[in-house]
Amino acid sequence: MSSKVLIEVADLNFAYPDRPKVLNNFNLTWRAEERIGLAGPNGVGKSTLLFLIMGLLKAQSGVIEIFGKQRREEKDFQAIRPQMGFVFQDANDQLFCPTVADDLAFGPLNLGLGHDEIHRIVERVLARLGLMGFEHRVTYDLSGGEKKLVAIGSALSLNPRLLILDEPTANLDPVTVARLEGVLAESGLPYLVVSHDHEFLDRVTTRRLEIRPNLS
Amino acid sequence: MTCDLHPGSSFLHQLDPRLKIVIVAIWSFLAALIQTLPAASFALAGSLLFALAGRLSPRETLTRLVKVNAFLLVIWFLIPFSFSMPGRTVGSFGFFTVTAEGLQLALLLTLKANAVALGALAFFGTSSVTQLAAAAHRLGASEKITAIFLLMLRYFHVIRQEYVRLRLAMKVRAFRPTFSLHTYRSYANLVGMLMVRSMDRAGRVHAAMLCRGYTGRFWFYDHFSFTRLDLAGVALAILLVAGVLVLNVI
Ligand SMILES: Nc1ncnc2c1ncn2[C@@H]1O[C@H](COP(=O)(O)OP(=O)(O)OP(=O)(O)O)[C@@H](O)[C@H]1O
Ligand SMILES: [Mg+2]
Repeated sequence: MSSKVLIEVADLNFAYPDRPKVLNNFNLTWRAEERIGLAGPNGVGKSTLLFLIMGLLKAQSGVIEIFGKQRREEKDFQAIRPQMGFVFQDANDQLFCPTVADDLAFGPLNLGLGHDEIHRIVERVLARLGLMGFEHRVTYDLSGGEKKLVAIGSALSLNPRLLILDEPTANLDPVTVARLEGVLAESGLPYLVVSHDHEFLDRVTTRRLEIRPNLS
Repeated sequence: MTCDLHPGSSFLHQLDPRLKIVIVAIWSFLAALIQTLPAASFALAGSLLFALAGRLSPRETLTRLVKVNAFLLVIWFLIPFSFSMPGRTVGSFGFFTVTAEGLQLALLLTLKANAVALGALAFFGTSSVTQLAAAAHRLGASEKITAIFLLMLRYFHVIRQEYVRLRLAMKVRAFRPTFSLHTYRSYANLVGMLMVRSMDRAGRVHAAMLCRGYTGRFWFYDHFSFTRLDLAGVALAILLVAGVLVLNVI
């Protein structure tokens, strides 16, 4: 018997207004234990696919099923977004609070958790990332690698059921990449990660998915 | 630009940010009312006491005060000469005469302005912006205004960095500003690009907020409690306020 399906995408079609189609009848089945690596040339539509899955863009046609339910409208996605830790390609888009602690607390605050619990979450996430003592650092003063780690932390602080990461290794040195791999492994979560670094994908994923340019 | 002007754990750092906002509001209002030199001097001394209690760095504080006083320079150039009431003449430069009343008023304004500036620096420089924003929100500032204030602080820096980067990109391609149409067009492109990028970024930031469960309400990560230390702060403030009031009447 097959294991539980986290996300099922069927016959997805998407084009930006007045532009050629980016996704043409795209299909994807993501099972519970899978760690998927998503690769493909620049501009092929990887980030676009992730935005569609998060409900940040609307497909022209096709079905998106997440956690066993079809998701169509903003309301459907609102309920499940916090359960899908999404890490943006550019950490500056994600970290918008003045300090690291504020940023890690943003998600839990939206979930309505109490102050003490949020404090514990912030501490735990920082420890997990090896960023103890960074609570009151100003987010824009962090290095690119630190920003990326905090951005991942801001997804982890939601206590999600899965992670979706858009090119997390871009601009990171090998040491920080290794740290990132540790964080991913320790999370114990299934994840989908976009990367152009094939060796990285070989190390951290169980399945490779290649998006080919849409030639139609 | 940093958020915590003076990081630390002094007496002022530990005061409830809500109390700080209230004290600064009262202190500034009071300073505006002061009419006599002794009261103004006392107020400035009070602010100095606050600054000491907050362990402000003398160098940074002075730099900031110099900026305030640069504005006051204008007052010193105008008021002593332009006092219209019949006053005691202290001296005259050709057509202009300097009156004692004018000098006194200029001095009074200088003392008052410095008292307000130093007081505000002492209280606001010893809390993080987030704390102050959250406190202002608790005190009734609207959620939208507070959120805009925080986001502005955060992205002012990002947009400035973007500006610097674009300027560098122009420079390395041999751009040198002259009085030419090319220069104006390039600057227009630069400004246009900054705006487009900001719009774009605003869209992505909003998306990132949605991904973390944002539904239109902005919550603040802070909880305040009124402690015994705050009581000491209130007592000190009341004492100083009373001092100013008494001196202002005599
Ligand atoms: N907001 C937009 N409006 C119009 N077209 C867009 C928009 N965003 C992306 N595109 C186009 O859609 C296509 C897919 O873009 P997308 O960002 O998904 O690619 P990607 O696979 O993530 O590329 P990369 O590896 O460079 O990140 C590209 O051709 C791009 O030019
Ligand atoms: Mg991309």
